[in-house]
Amino acid sequence: MAWSINSKLCLRCGGCVSVCPTAALELRDNIVHDMALCTLCGVCAKACPVEAIKVIKQ
Amino acid sequence: MNDVIVIGAGPAGVSCAKRLAENGFSVKVFDKRAEIGAPKRCGEGISESSQRLLGKIPDKCIAQKIRGARLYAPDGRYLDAILSEGGFVLERKVFDKWLAEEAVKAGATVQANTFISDLIRDSRGYFVGVKGEFLGNEFEEKAKVIVCATGAESPLRTKALGVFSKVNLVDSCIQYEMANVDVVPDLIHIYLSSVLAPRGYVWVFPKGEHRANVGLGIIPQEKKPKAYMDEFLKLHPEIGKGSILEVNAGCVPVGGMVENMVANGFVLCGEAANHVNPIHGGGIKEAVISGQMAADVITECLKKNDVSKTALSKFNELWWKERGNHLKKVEKLRETLEKLSDSDLNDLVDALKPEDIIDFTRGAKLSVLAKVLMRKPRLVSIARHLL
Repeated sequence: MAWSINSKLCLRCGGCVSVCPTAALELRDNIVHDMALCTLCGVCAKACPVEAIKVIKQ
Repeated sequence: MNDVIVIGAGPAGVSCAKRLAENGFSVKVFDKRAEIGAPKRCGEGISESSQRLLGKIPDKCIAQKIRGARLYAPDGRYLDAILSEGGFVLERKVFDKWLAEEAVKAGATVQANTFISDLIRDSRGYFVGVKGEFLGNEFEEKAKVIVCATGAESPLRTKALGVFSKVNLVDSCIQYEMANVDVVPDLIHIYLSSVLAPRGYVWVFPKGEHRANVGLGIIPQEKKPKAYMDEFLKLHPEIGKGSILEVNAGCVPVGGMVENMVANGFVLCGEAANHVNPIHGGGIKEAVISGQMAADVITECLKKNDVSKTALSKFNELWWKERGNHLKKVEKLRETLEKLSDSDLNDLVDALKPEDIIDFTRGAKLSVLAKVLMRKPRLVSIARHLL
């Protein structure tokens, strides 16, 4: 199980934050991810306008 | 102690703060961005009629005056919907600062570059303050009411009220501000296509003779807005030949209006409450309406010294009566149009009267649209959704 973000692709738009149902993401200078809150549901990766987020469920 | 703390200095937050300050309350607005208005969040379009809410927008905020919208069918044919009052493409970085300055002139305090990390509740469960950080200094600040006007991209709305945007109820967007673009400058250009921009559309909002915001929004999926944008620019060399001056992205709520926007000592407004027009994704006007309405309700509650959820829920009642039910109709329009194929869209653009289009985006005359769609037996059941 893993959640990752490619900071070279990320535009810091916060689109992923707006769809996260568990408040596991926050937009500061970069996207901050809280693994304790994340359920790896993957909506952040789906919403991302540029394919910056990868979620691997196992 | 402040009367009110507003989180977010966008149009919702500062409209709320301005009105509260005018009503004699102490208001502090925090915004996490180093520069209010930047990065810009949208296509920057606004109707002239919004000035009835905002007052006269100064010329320095306006990049281009607009007569109306040119709506392109997938086959390239178009119709021009001319607005009776027209509109503007703004320079949001200037406009948002102007709005913030107006709130400050009214007596509010605004502070940029201030990150609000958490909300403070008291033992009764009332929201009574915020925890923040400004230039390396952590602080706590108290208020009788906390207004969350952060936009959709903040976990605070989720932490406070469990509100978030369902992934299928946002459009995933990318936008380039481009120079050396050749389009008619005093119209906004909207390209419909279920193939080129599924569920959403491509927009070209001119900002002067050869400069424009070129954006695209789609239903979230594996193929990303960037890939769709590349295709659009290839098909439209008059735009694709331009240079990219700025890149923006984001997810725009296109539905999922929130039933409850209040808690004890807490109000959610603007895009944070998904207060966005679901057909075009425009949010400035809705944000201002929502912010001002929240301020009116908070004013009454502070006067009565009752900021309980029950007292503040007047905002739910008012907003749903004035805006929510109306935006629900617009959401139905969006749900209907997204079921149409490109050939349906071609026929539709052919059959519509330009003057009707503006009404549709306001949720009016949808039965006219239903009748046009019902000319095709296949679309009868889809059209019924509008009635």
